[in-house]
Amino acid sequence: MSTTVSHDIDRVPDAAELERYRAEAREWLAENMPPLDPRADPNQQTKEHVKDLARRLHSGGYSGICFPREVGGAGLTRSHHRVFCEEAADYELPIYLGTPGLSIIAPPIMEFGTEQQREHVAAMLRGERLFVQMMSEPTGGSDMAGALTRAERDGDVWVLNGSKIWSSGASRADWGLVLVRTDWSVPKHRGLSMLLLDLSLPGVTVNTIKMVDGSEEFCEEFFDDVQVPHECILGEPNDGWTVANRLLFHERQSVGGGSPYHFNRPKSARSSARGSDLVGIVGRNGREADPVARQLIGEAHANELVGRQLISRVSDAVASGVLPPIAGSLLRLNTGVTAMRRGSIALGLAGTEGATWEDGDDADHPADQFILRQASCIGGGTTEMQRNLISERLLGMPREPAADKDRPFNEVRRSRREENTR
Amino acid sequence: MQLHLDDDQSIFVDTTRRYLADTSDIATIRALAETERGFDADWWARGAELGWTSLLAPERMGGGGVSDDAVSDLALIAFERGRLIAPGPFASVNAVVAALATSDAHDDLLARLIAGTSVATLAASERGVRWPGPGVTTSLSTVGDAVEITGEKITVESAAVAEAFVVLAAGPEGDRLVVVPADADGVEIAPRRSPDLVRRFADVTFRDVRIGRDAVLELERSDLERVLDIATVLQLAETVGVLDRVLEFTIEWASDRYSFGRPLSSYQELKHRFADMTLWLEASKATVTEAAAAVTKQPEQAGQYVSAAASYVHEHGPELVQDCVQMHGGIGVTWEHDIHLYLRRVTLNSLTCGTVADHRERLASMILEGAGR
Ligand SMILES: Cc1cc2nc3c(=O)[nH]c(=O)nc-3n(C[C@H](O)[C@H](O)[C@H](O)COP(=O)(O)OP(=O)(O)OC[C@H]3O[C@@H](n4cnc5c(N)ncnc54)[C@H](O)[C@@H]3O)c2cc1C
Repeated sequence: MSTTVSHDIDRVPDAAELERYRAEAREWLAENMPPLDPRADPNQQTKEHVKDLARRLHSGGYSGICFPREVGGAGLTRSHHRVFCEEAADYELPIYLGTPGLSIIAPPIMEFGTEQQREHVAAMLRGERLFVQMMSEPTGGSDMAGALTRAERDGDVWVLNGSKIWSSGASRADWGLVLVRTDWSVPKHRGLSMLLLDLSLPGVTVNTIKMVDGSEEFCEEFFDDVQVPHECILGEPNDGWTVANRLLFHERQSVGGGSPYHFNRPKSARSSARGSDLVGIVGRNGREADPVARQLIGEAHANELVGRQLISRVSDAVASGVLPPIAGSLLRLNTGVTAMRRGSIALGLAGTEGATWEDGDDADHPADQFILRQASCIGGGTTEMQRNLISERLLGMPREPAADKDRPFNEVRRSRREENTR
Repeated sequence: MQLHLDDDQSIFVDTTRRYLADTSDIATIRALAETERGFDADWWARGAELGWTSLLAPERMGGGGVSDDAVSDLALIAFERGRLIAPGPFASVNAVVAALATSDAHDDLLARLIAGTSVATLAASERGVRWPGPGVTTSLSTVGDAVEITGEKITVESAAVAEAFVVLAAGPEGDRLVVVPADADGVEIAPRRSPDLVRRFADVTFRDVRIGRDAVLELERSDLERVLDIATVLQLAETVGVLDRVLEFTIEWASDRYSFGRPLSSYQELKHRFADMTLWLEASKATVTEAAAAVTKQPEQAGQYVSAAASYVHEHGPELVQDCVQMHGGIGVTWEHDIHLYLRRVTLNSLTCGTVADHRERLASMILEGAGR
C-alpha cells in the first residue's frame, strides 16, 4: 500500500539509477557508519547509541529512504531501500528506530496524523525521538481489541489508567503509541482510541521484564491518572480500531520482512549477522563431510532464499493489486515458521559440542538461543493469528465464532474467574 | 504463476490453456492410462505447433522466446500442464532441445522435436548417484573416429518411443552429454512402472554403443548443468500447477461439505492447515518463478536458485496434496476420485530430477565448497 506516502514507493527505477545509488551508499557507509560487530545484539543498543546512529543516517539522507521529503525523508523507492540494506549489511544500524518506530508506528501517523502529529515522524527520522508500541495487555495480546486500559475525557485532556505489557524497548523510548478504551457501552472494536503518549508525563511508570535469554527488552507500563492532551489522539476518538488495523498491517509487513521502512538485513546460511552462523558451527565441529549436517545446511539455505523470494512476490502482488493487503500475513507466518526451523537446525548442527561453553563466552550459542525460539512465532502477532487471518480474510473461510461479537464491551466476560462469579 | 505477463505471453499461455481444456480433461487422462505410450502422438504434435518444444531451439531454426526469457515462457506452459496433469515428456524434451541447440550436428533431430513429430529425452539419472552428479559411471571413451558409451541409466522418460537419448556420461575430459540414437546397437530398453498413470519410464542400458564423435556435445560441467536445471525447473513449474489446482478444488470441497451442521472450512484446525498450504503454494510460485528466470538472467545463480526451489517444492508439494487427501476423507483414497491422479504426478516429479536430498546436498556443496561457481 502506498497510501501513507505522497510519492510512488513502488516505482521501479532503472538499473543505472540504482547502481549509482548503490555506489554512493557504499562509499557513504564506509565513511560514516561504524562496522557491525556480528556478535553484538541489536537489542542491547542503548537509547543514546540508537539516536546517534539515526542522526548519522539522517545526515546522509538515509534514515527515511521511502518517507516523503516533507517529513525529512528521501522520497525514494522500495528498490533504493533494498539496495541500501544490502550495502549496509556489515554496518551498525539503529535497529530500534526502524522497528517499531519507522516501520510500524510512523506509517499510521503519516496516514491518520494531523500536520502537527506528523512532526513526530520528522523527529524520529532526525534521531531525536524514539517510539514504543503499547498494544498488548496482561489480559491478552491476540485479542488486541479487548484492551482494558482506559482513557476518559476531562475537558482538554484524556485521563489515562491501566497497564500495558510486552512492549519491546519501552525503557529506551521517549513516546508511545497506546491503544485505549474510551467507550465501554459499545462492542469492543467501536470503543477504542489511539493515543500518542509522552512517556515523561507524570503517572507513567515503565518497568523492564527479564526475558528467558536474560535480556531486559520486554517492558510493562502502568498509567495512573496520566493527563494526556486531547491533540494526542491519533485519528478520531472511538475510531482507534481503524488506526490499529493499519498499524497491524504495517507490523505484519515489518515482522514478515516486507516493510520498506525498516532496516532489513539479508541473511544466508553464511550470515555473519546475529542469528547463528550455521556454516561456522559446522566448521567448528568438523562436520563439513557429514551428510546429515550437509542436508541441514542445504535446507536452511533454501528456506532463507525462498523466504526472500516470497517477500518480493507478495510485496509486488499487494502493490499491484493482485493480492489484498492481508496477504502480508503470509510473510509474517513464514518468518515465524522459518525462524523456528532455523533454530532447530542450528541446535542439531551444534550437537553435543554445543551443549556447553566457557564461562564468559558471549557468542551466539544455538542451545541458548533455542530457549527463546518461540518468540519469533509470538511477537508481532502469533502464527496462529496469522493462520486465522489467512484462512478468513485471504481464503474467505468462515470466521471463528466470537462470544463478544456485537455485545457492549462492558457485558463481555474476560476470564474464567469472571465466568464463574457471574 | 508469474505475477505479470506481457501481452505476447498472455496470448501464448491462453492458447495452451484452451488447447489443454479442450483435449486433456480428466476423462481423457484416465483413458490414456490404458494406452502404451500414455500420450497421443498427434496431440503432442499439435501442442508443438503452439510452441511447446521450439522456444529453446536456436534462432536459425525458428526458436526463441515469446518474451526475452524462453525458460520462463515454458515454465508458464508447464504450470498449465500441471493444472490438468497433462501427459507427455515436456520437461525432458525441452531440456534436450536446449542441449541440441548448442551444436549444429543434430539439426535434423532438432527439427523433428520442434515439429513434435518425434521425441528425444534425457538419460541422466543412475542408481546410487546424486542428481545432477558429478559421479556418473556411464563411460564415454574414444575409439578411433568414434566414441563408445557404456553404462546404465534409470527413469528415462518415454524411452520406448524416443528417437534418441541425451546421455550424461563421464568422459576423459569430464562429464559430457552425448546424443545416442535409440536404435543404435547395444541400446537396451527395459520398461518400468511409475506411480504416474500417463507418463512412461524405462531403464536404458548402453552396452559398448559406438557412435560418431559429433554425438558428443562439447559442454563443460556448468553448461551441462544448465540443461539439467532446465529439466528440473520445468518439472517444478508443472508441480506448482498441480498444487494450485488441488488446493483450489480442496478449498471448494471444504466449503461445500458440512459436518456437525457447519462447513469443514469453518473448523479452525482445518483453516490453519489451509493457511499453511496457501503459504507453501505462494512460496513455491515465488521460488520457481525466480529459478526459471535465473537460468537466463542470472546464470551464475541458477544452480542455487533451482536447487533451493526443488528443495522447498519437493518438501512441501507432496505433503500439500496428501493433506488435501486427508481433508477429503474416505473418498480421497478411492480410485474414483481424481485427487490421486494429481498426487501421482507430484510424487513422480519429486523423484525424477533430483530429490529433496539431492538438491540440499547440491546447495551444501555450493556453500561449503563453493561448487558450481
Ligand atoms: C519478542 C516480542 C516482542 C513483542 N513486542 C511487543 C510490543 O512492542 N508491543 C506490544 O504491544 N506487544 C508486543 N509483544 C506482545 C505480542 O504482541 C503478544 O505476546 C502476542 O500478540 C500474543 O498475545 P499474548 O501474549 O497475550 O497471548 P494470547 O493472546 O493470550 O495467546 C496465547 C496463545 O493462544 C493462541 N490464541 C489466542 N487467540 C487465538 C485464536 N483466536 N485462535 C487461535 N489461537 C489463539 C495464541 O496464538 C497463543 O499461542 C511482543 C511479544 C514478543 C514475544
